[in-house]
Amino acid sequence: MNAATSEMAVQAAYLIASGLFVLALMWMSSPQTARRGVLAGEIGMVLAVVGTLLHFDVVNYDLILIAMLVGTAIGVPMAYLMPMTAIPQRTAISHAFGALAVGLIGAAEYFKLAPGQEAGSFVMWALMLEMLLGFLTCTASVIAFAKLQEIMPTRPIMFAGQRPLNVLVFAGALVTGGMLIFTPLSSQMFPVFIALALLFGVLLVIPIGGADMPTVIALLNSYAGLAAAAMGFALDNKLLIIVGALDGTSGFILAMIMCKAMNRSFSNVLFGGFGQLAAGPAAGVDERPVRSMSGEEAAPMLEMAGSVVIIPGYGMAVAQAQHRVAELYERLEEKGVDVKFAIHPVAGRMPGHMNVLLAEADVPYDKLIELEDINPDMPQTDVALIIGANDTVNTAARDDPGSAIAGMPIIEADKARTVMIIKRGMSAGFAGIDNPIYFNENTQMLFGDAKKMSEHLVKELQELA
Amino acid sequence: MHESSSMTDLLFVFMLAAFLGFQLIKRVSPLLHSPLMSLTNAIAAVVVVGAIMITGEAGATPLAKTLGFIAVTAATINAVSGFLITDRMLKMFRRRGK
Repeated sequence: MNAATSEMAVQAAYLIASGLFVLALMWMSSPQTARRGVLAGEIGMVLAVVGTLLHFDVVNYDLILIAMLVGTAIGVPMAYLMPMTAIPQRTAISHAFGALAVGLIGAAEYFKLAPGQEAGSFVMWALMLEMLLGFLTCTASVIAFAKLQEIMPTRPIMFAGQRPLNVLVFAGALVTGGMLIFTPLSSQMFPVFIALALLFGVLLVIPIGGADMPTVIALLNSYAGLAAAAMGFALDNKLLIIVGALDGTSGFILAMIMCKAMNRSFSNVLFGGFGQLAAGPAAGVDERPVRSMSGEEAAPMLEMAGSVVIIPGYGMAVAQAQHRVAELYERLEEKGVDVKFAIHPVAGRMPGHMNVLLAEADVPYDKLIELEDINPDMPQTDVALIIGANDTVNTAARDDPGSAIAGMPIIEADKARTVMIIKRGMSAGFAGIDNPIYFNENTQMLFGDAKKMSEHLVKELQELA
Repeated sequence: MHESSSMTDLLFVFMLAAFLGFQLIKRVSPLLHSPLMSLTNAIAAVVVVGAIMITGEAGATPLAKTLGFIAVTAATINAVSGFLITDRMLKMFRRRGK
């Protein structure tokens, strides 16, 4: 095969792969076609890789094949052994791997291409953007991973002068990057540029609290995609540009949805200025009495109810209670109770977190109802059962314009005839503010661990039979 | 090398793909936002093609080979685990009565 036909074959493989990746995302629109989407993505990936391996310029295969074997040997067990509760961490660390790959390829390309580049050339711009996004996304994702895995404290880490320092580091990265663009051979600036990009990634995520992770992960997803697109510009590779643009917009849209679900502006997120709510001290302790009830008392009420809406939150994931909650759902359905789940977009630690956990526990997905669709049903609901959710049902967001989370859309659990809240104690939620719903007349607290209390309710319901 | 594309060609491709991305992602059911994220992450591992070129070309320096090796490994981990775990998640989504 000569160079020209080899090149045509590679471009053909890339063209088909691009089409398959578009189909993969298209088929994600519904659970019925989604698995077909994964298959399309896999075929696209194999085509792209095989096409590249057959490229005329690729002559040494040993290292590539060893690296692929090592990667597969790590990737396969990672995919099968990973518990579903660890999906947010896995997503964060895989953004780190992807971004690291992009950054390193950028570095290798820099040393190869820089000597032949004119100052300020398009390729140098693209390379610098690729490395900046790649390296900052890499460390930012590592920090996000460490917070989700609780290796690092999940609370925001704040210090005096944080904002100016962030601006300074980012400006430093831009300036050194600019110097490299306009004097491609000033390679003494190169390590400084990389170090500043890596440092900025760390600074970007440390002030962000755990409950804001869904937005951060979505945003890092977007950055990783844009870094791949920048690489496509540097290497004149349209496949990479298309994939990067698709992933970049995907992460961006998810981040927008998360912002909207928290009533935060997008610029608020982009400049890392969020999660700061949690830094303030909790508001004055509310001394009003709360009503509480035991599992024995709650079970008959649930059994008698015509309709129950279960509202899960991160607490359910922490307690690993999804299987017990699913059992509770099954018991109640057996007894003729209409049970639905109300899913807030930011419940959990990544977009769609609750859906995955409940699907794992065998809850049919047509029972998982979104915020806007469930709220009109809440006034006709007999029991709203809140399990590990707090801020997403905080009525202050709706009723108190002075609240720190004012305007955040909530699941209107308080409108149900009876509200039951499974909660360990009376501590405030992530936002550090009291939740007025605890003190309502129609609210009953079920104090206890989400998993144990759900188990208890299941047992009680069985005994009632 | 193939006839190299101009900067504007590439920007056109990017812009159209980004618009397509907006239209496609807007249609994704919120149920599937977690699998969507791991799928896009797996697909982004296609950067491995750049790593392959860097590592495998005739004049690759030891530095390029080292960086390329790490990049191929990292991207392969993402591609393999990303697709498998997405499928594992999607398999769990069942309709009622199935």
